[in-house]
Amino acid sequence: MNDRLYKILLFAAALIMPIVCGGVVYALVTDAYEAFEHFGFFKFLTSSKWSYTEGSEQYGALPFVTGTLMTTLLALIFCIPFSLPVALFVGEYFKGSRVAALLSTVTDLLAGIPSIIYGLWGFYTLRPIIMALHISPQGSGILTASLVLAIMIIPYAASLSAEFIKMVPNDLKEGAYSLGATRAEVIRKVVFPVAGSGIFSSYVLAIGRALGETMTVTMLIGNTNNIPDSITSTGNSMASIIANQFGEASDLRFSSLIAIGLVLFLITAFINMIGKMMIKRARIA
Amino acid sequence: MKKIFASVMTWAVAVALVACGGNANQEGREAQELSGAGATFPLPFYNVVFEQFGQVNGDQVAYGGIGSGGGVRNLRDKIVDFAGSDAFLSEKEMTEMAPVLHIPTCMGAVVVAYNLDGVERLNLTGELVADIFAGKVTMWNDARLVALNPQVKLPAEAIMPVYRSDGSGTTFVFTDYLTKVSPMWAATYGTGKSVNFPSGQAAKGNPGVAGVIKQTKNTIGYVGSEYAFAQKIPYAAIENTQGEFILPTSATISAAASGEIPADTRCSITNSAASGAYPISTFTWMIIYKEQNYSDRKKEQAMATLDLLKYILSDEAQAITSEVHYAPLPAKAKELSMENLKSVTFDGVAILQ
Repeated sequence: MNDRLYKILLFAAALIMPIVCGGVVYALVTDAYEAFEHFGFFKFLTSSKWSYTEGSEQYGALPFVTGTLMTTLLALIFCIPFSLPVALFVGEYFKGSRVAALLSTVTDLLAGIPSIIYGLWGFYTLRPIIMALHISPQGSGILTASLVLAIMIIPYAASLSAEFIKMVPNDLKEGAYSLGATRAEVIRKVVFPVAGSGIFSSYVLAIGRALGETMTVTMLIGNTNNIPDSITSTGNSMASIIANQFGEASDLRFSSLIAIGLVLFLITAFINMIGKMMIKRARIA
Repeated sequence: MKKIFASVMTWAVAVALVACGGNANQEGREAQELSGAGATFPLPFYNVVFEQFGQVNGDQVAYGGIGSGGGVRNLRDKIVDFAGSDAFLSEKEMTEMAPVLHIPTCMGAVVVAYNLDGVERLNLTGELVADIFAGKVTMWNDARLVALNPQVKLPAEAIMPVYRSDGSGTTFVFTDYLTKVSPMWAATYGTGKSVNFPSGQAAKGNPGVAGVIKQTKNTIGYVGSEYAFAQKIPYAAIENTQGEFILPTSATISAAASGEIPADTRCSITNSAASGAYPISTFTWMIIYKEQNYSDRKKEQAMATLDLLKYILSDEAQAITSEVHYAPLPAKAKELSMENLKSVTFDGVAILQ
């Protein structure tokens, strides 16, 4: 009897998450419907016009999809040279040592800093540096946002990669050493091939984090509603356009913002799914 | 740890209970809790006024700064006692709701702030401001700018306009002015809470725009006066219809409303014809229903709402405006509003005699 009750309770609790997720998707779809109906789904995705002129309002998601993809991709590129060494340091070279524990704790601490703090640091410290170096006259833009995003996602990429590097069986590594391989060769020829898909998946999850980051990006990207023509120019990401314009939006603009939210949801879900699949594959291997 | 937490919670609950205590005010009416929502522009003024009103009358007022549009939406949904708005309702919006009253509460302005080395005073005309924000005047040493400012040395640098990335009453007032003074602006961009600015960069809220201007040389942007005054950012003198270059101050902002005002006070006072007026000035309003019996409200609540508005129109409350960087209402606007308040009814019976 008790056992059955327990089972039912557990089942009900487990059911809540899919219901919540389904509810979110349902709400997004119903509210986004107006925009998709008005502009057409593909037209909405590929139109670069975001115009408020009353009577002939035009809303298209392309500038924001571009902005999000550009910042995320750049952040990923900037983050690799920092996160991969940390992962190797913690997971291979100084595995289990006190220095490694300290380093991984410090890296993990980065994940705990609220995004507004990163935003303020970017705004008051990084932006003047960008201006002083004459990289861009206004300081804010895709590049500035990406640099700060890169720092924000390092802990996600580094600590998960380190776990996968640690999981590489010692037998394999010792086998390579006994054949006369140097440490660098072991890492290149044994560690990376074995842990590769795991490391890849940790970067995919880091991308998932960068895609949705709102506060920091809003403060640093310059918030202009056009497709950025270079990495130093200003733009807007999907999350930041929603944060910027939600307050006073109504009717068609409201629906368009929700539609952007839905697209962002789908992209994030898709990327996370790939990450999860790669992790599974890494575990099986 | 748990103990400290528990005692803090007890203390907080105790304070909350004391604060909500139902003490009656002088007129013997039971103290009410009023709620409103809307514009963030008058928020600092409202915070002070609501607290003073609470001390004088015993009524508590809660106000959510969710933006003018949100406030009006809440009033339409009949879940607040009043809405705060920087823009008066259009004829179309008025027909969609039960009859409402607009009561101006104070005045403010939009200032054109800039960051230029060694430039203490900058003169601008409305048309020039429109051309700068339209990206037609792009250099600080443009001949038209130099002609207006012979006393300062303007650098040969590109002008970087900064505008609001979020929908805002500040943008509405600013573009309303530009639409009036520049046919080019009226034809291409028009008036709105969000406008398709063609050049420069955007930031969220007054703090965002002011922050970018403070941090970045050769920028120009528009900021709510209450914020610019408190932050002491340099701002430009703008030419009014009388040909005078006027800096925004409490006095010059109030002067903008010294002309004719319609009986319902729904009017834009940008580009005012009055002498000594700062041309980008505005009222901010509280909007209430003429018939106060809605959503199960009690008569006491309706009376408290009117008491609040009467208090805001009083000399005592208006004196606070300039202390918190706003401008007081001119006499005419107060008279009209007191008259308008008499038309407020509860179940069809006038509340004020």
